[in-house]
Amino acid sequence: MKKIIGLLILGAGISVALLNACSNAAMADTAIPDVISYNYDVRPILSDKCYNCHGPDARKREAGLRLDIASEAYKALQEHPQKHALVPGKPEASELFARITTTDTSLLMPKVSSKLPRLSEHEVAILKKWIEQGAKYEPHWAFVVPQKAPLPAVNEKSWPVNEIDYFILSKMERQGLSPNEEADKERLLKRVCMDLTGILPTPEQTAAFVNDASANAYEQQVDRLLQLPQFGEKMAIGWMDLARFADSHGFQDDSYRSQWPWRDWVIDAFNRNMRYDTFITWQLAGDLLPNATKEQQLASGFNRNHKITEEGGVIDEEYRVQYVTDRTNTFGRAMLAMTVECAKCHDHKYDPFSQKNYYQLYAFFNNVKEVGLESTVGGPETYAKNPRMTITNEEVQKTLRFINKKDTGKLEVSVMADRDTSRKTFLLIRGNYDTPGEEVRAATPPVVLPFDSARWKRNRLGLAQWMFDEKNPLTARVFVNRIWQEFFGRGIVKTASDFGMQGDLPSNPPLLDWLAADFQQHGWDMKRLIRQLVLSATYRQSGKISAEKLKKDPLNIYLSYAPRARFPAELVRDILLSSSGLLNTEIGGPSVKPLQPPGLWELATSGRGILKKYVQDTGKLLYRRGLYTFIKRTVPPPSMMIFDASNRDECQTSRYRTNTPLQALVMLNDPTMIEASKALADRLLQRGTNPTQVITSAFQRIICRTPDAKEKEVLVSYWEQAVAELKKNPENARKIISVGNYQAVTKDTILLAAAMQAIQVMYNMQEAITKT
Amino acid sequence: MEKELLEHSLGFNRRKFLSRMSIGLGSAALGSLLIPDLFSSSSPEEAILQGLPHFAPKAKRVIYLFQNGAPSQLETFDYKPLLNKMVGQNLPESIRNGQRLTGMTANQTTFPLVGSYFGFKQYGNSGAWVSDLFPHMSKIVDDICIVKTMHTEAINHDPALTFFQSGAQQGNRPSIGSWVSYGLGTENSNLPAFCVLLSRGKGNGQGVYSKLWTNGFLDSVHQGVQFSSGENPILYLQDPDGMDRNTRRKMVDQIAALNEMELKNFGDPETAAKISQYEMAYRMQTAVPEIMDTSRESEDIIKLYGADCLVPGTYAANCLLARKLSESGVRFVQLYHQGWDQHGNLPNEMKGQALDVDRPSAALITDLKQRGLLDETLVIWGGEFGRTNYCQGKIAPENYGRDHHPRCFSIWMAGGGIRPGMVYGETDELGYNIVQNPVHVHDFQATVLHQLGLDHEKLTYKFQGRRYRLTDLYGSVVKDIIA
Repeated sequence: MKKIIGLLILGAGISVALLNACSNAAMADTAIPDVISYNYDVRPILSDKCYNCHGPDARKREAGLRLDIASEAYKALQEHPQKHALVPGKPEASELFARITTTDTSLLMPKVSSKLPRLSEHEVAILKKWIEQGAKYEPHWAFVVPQKAPLPAVNEKSWPVNEIDYFILSKMERQGLSPNEEADKERLLKRVCMDLTGILPTPEQTAAFVNDASANAYEQQVDRLLQLPQFGEKMAIGWMDLARFADSHGFQDDSYRSQWPWRDWVIDAFNRNMRYDTFITWQLAGDLLPNATKEQQLASGFNRNHKITEEGGVIDEEYRVQYVTDRTNTFGRAMLAMTVECAKCHDHKYDPFSQKNYYQLYAFFNNVKEVGLESTVGGPETYAKNPRMTITNEEVQKTLRFINKKDTGKLEVSVMADRDTSRKTFLLIRGNYDTPGEEVRAATPPVVLPFDSARWKRNRLGLAQWMFDEKNPLTARVFVNRIWQEFFGRGIVKTASDFGMQGDLPSNPPLLDWLAADFQQHGWDMKRLIRQLVLSATYRQSGKISAEKLKKDPLNIYLSYAPRARFPAELVRDILLSSSGLLNTEIGGPSVKPLQPPGLWELATSGRGILKKYVQDTGKLLYRRGLYTFIKRTVPPPSMMIFDASNRDECQTSRYRTNTPLQALVMLNDPTMIEASKALADRLLQRGTNPTQVITSAFQRIICRTPDAKEKEVLVSYWEQAVAELKKNPENARKIISVGNYQAVTKDTILLAAAMQAIQVMYNMQEAITKT
Repeated sequence: MEKELLEHSLGFNRRKFLSRMSIGLGSAALGSLLIPDLFSSSSPEEAILQGLPHFAPKAKRVIYLFQNGAPSQLETFDYKPLLNKMVGQNLPESIRNGQRLTGMTANQTTFPLVGSYFGFKQYGNSGAWVSDLFPHMSKIVDDICIVKTMHTEAINHDPALTFFQSGAQQGNRPSIGSWVSYGLGTENSNLPAFCVLLSRGKGNGQGVYSKLWTNGFLDSVHQGVQFSSGENPILYLQDPDGMDRNTRRKMVDQIAALNEMELKNFGDPETAAKISQYEMAYRMQTAVPEIMDTSRESEDIIKLYGADCLVPGTYAANCLLARKLSESGVRFVQLYHQGWDQHGNLPNEMKGQALDVDRPSAALITDLKQRGLLDETLVIWGGEFGRTNYCQGKIAPENYGRDHHPRCFSIWMAGGGIRPGMVYGETDELGYNIVQNPVHVHDFQATVLHQLGLDHEKLTYKFQGRRYRLTDLYGSVVKDIIA
């Protein structure tokens, strides 16, 4: 096989030096540490390869052996009482070591029949050394309450701006890395504007910042951006993914639901900088607060964003159970970053949650006044399902002013409300709705933090109080990690919804703990946390990736350069609209249906309901921000899906960032892009027709910096060629400018078409849709 | 055999190699068209698959003709003359044996049996029974394997479809085509590995939705790409008005020139990937319309598939297109033909549906065979569950309906190493329960993967801490139907 790869390398014209780079990077990871850490080195191996049969799941446990608990692993083996799986200090006496190294395939672990790959030499060596060093266990990092460690010492003392930087720099220095210089001001401003608001800076804003020599110029920008209403819009995007917000009920007929006022509330809550504990408490249990206000009830719609069936003929209880399951799983992923969902049908295979623990958590969400199938596709009475609340126009004018409701029609939203008497909850055998087992009461996984029923009621409000108890080890960590992910492209724990045994370990544990503790100690202040992140020297670095850094830090785990992530789908759209001046900056309101290729909904519909046809919006509604695009779950907007948006089927805490030819096709041919190029070309041409000037201005609006001489040269000569070509074929120019609703003022069609094409080139630069 | 294995490993290692390489493409020759995998993931963290394929594959590609809505087995391949004798008699409770019912017939007080309105005859060397509705499919019975004993767990369309496609009734799991794309990659760098074609008959319909071809938790490069009829077969493929190929070429060149500057300044491997993705997009713009173009099809081919194959968006056109895509190396072509949900008016509606699909389905088999492609292409025909042997609503021998039935239904498979000329499994005389050789949906999925050289227990992806697979925790390969 080596030969074949060699041939390929030559074929693709890739230098050999490159391959060396790859293998060196891989080598760096394979060294065996001097002191083996259970949490970082050993447990990932045991969890992945052994726990399936020797872990927390009692039903599937083999030979009575449990390897996730020290005392169990040390004791005499049930089937061979003279032997022990682990004998601290003595690998040769440890049956575990014998069974992972044997050449006898009938004895080898993991069993051949498990189809799990056998342990690598590296993994064997780690386990051997760990046993030699005493086979010491440690509690799982995520279940220990986070505490602030002292700031680590660093050599480059002038670099840190705030505490974050000490943690990052110390790690970098240990890897022989040093940080990049600060990004140039143009790129930095674009980066922070996009991260905080999702809206590009204008050329005037960029110029003002570049010319502002004051020491706190950047800080002032950050504070200005944090106050803009677009901040809430930007932050709502990730929250909508997590809350699986959509404008349709999901399942087969997938008709309309009017849940958008909940989304308006989220935007407003971020803008008001609601404390995170309040933000969550209202969403989990707003309806259960004493004298709950309409706003608090609305917030509880979080737990009603899941899919709801409208398929006639389904068995009611099967779907009601599905809704409760969805809430439970969402709570696990979003709030605890724990895969509690794995314990729905059996004890968890890796994490210490039993199936009973699952149904105890499930019990919190099992008391809703709801049915599985309330109604099939129908009129406005089906747009929200019970329990629901009505929002009157008077309320919108007075107490719920953040709701962008213009019409006078009735508005109803699905929200939470519990039954007066509590519904009994049973463990469901194998997770089946129709095979109840033992009865359980609401409680939380004891391994995280036992539920103290003397202090908390066994309802969702009690659950929220449990989350924000100072001894809860997960709540703050999970949130700061997700915010970190949003700003740095990758969480400190990469698996943002799995802090369990099978999840990734934190790349910088003391930093995660420091941020979590600090967030808790400072009143769960979300804007303060975000401000800390973007003010850090770590964040302000340039995104340059030197050959050395590519070798030593290819995944940017050490943050030795600023992450260069492609912007999320919603912001790709916003970039087109804001740079061209087409953007409608209205906030909130019913979701909108912008241009999309015809026929998609029509081809995929059952023919029932108001969403059987895609009725495109008109006028200014065509230019709303990406986050307001209507999500019909079964046929989500294609251009957004191509850019990895969530289909909102279930709770999602991070997105892929792929790079595909279909994305290139969207950027080249999407009518929205073409219309944006027309609007921008037209506006700039009205000020003057000099190609260099038009190109420079367009570049400043799209890329948000001044083009260098070479870039200008490429674009101007392209423009001139385009003019020459179009003069030969003026009919093409007429066609090019005919796209979209925007009515151009420019009379010279050839000039307009050429300028459009040059602008389209800019929109297709990688930098246009990438954080730089 | 050796050679096949080698070819497969080559394709796979190339993909793995390139995805690793995206970490260090910095100094590579740019715009190289030799980079073979158009849809390769640029994520360096893509899960590493070990030792693929797991064994020598029989099939290289799949064409799945999904009959959406669930065609009745009792009017297609499962001949039950006793039902015709017992029309109007109540289904004995002993046979129904606690089967849960959909809400549509749960309140029915009686379950009057009803027999097929259409006659059945035996065909071919296999002597397979086929209803008179399918004069063309009846001619290919010696090329196909009819499985009469499929069974499923779901009793409603959405969960049943989702179950067939993803191995689970609920949840955002990857579709079977995405799994295959993930496991085997693409054979043609100018086309997606997983293509989806939709059509609709006049019968009572249930929607299909892009969730069915979702990549779930897999990388979105494995998402099914929906082809539509009309001028823009793949979304966003078509250049805007006024943009000729030459102008597009120049534009792509300028974009590359600017992106190369960015690459030089910032050294981001993603920039290099972007440049090649634009190049591939440009090539796709030529490759796809060429495939869609039916103007050069011979008279014989048009006759074979029927005149409808020239009408874009019909099932016939999609069958022809499926053959062309598959022939060009698309791993998984998924068709859906809607309109098979006959709760009432069954004889009439099934006539229409059969007219749509009979000739083209048979034509596809014949066509693949004459091109020598049937051996390496697995073709599947079937719906998401079966239909009850009793009538839903009012009964009349000429006008009746059937509710959903999960306990037995018929599908057929052909090519790709499946035994031709076979009828597998037996149901009871009333066509309600399986008496011999049941095939569960997970068994079916395991078998499809097996024919592609994939072990359904080893083709896994770790997500949320668990190794997921298409067959969940179940399924075994149906060895009896393998040639």
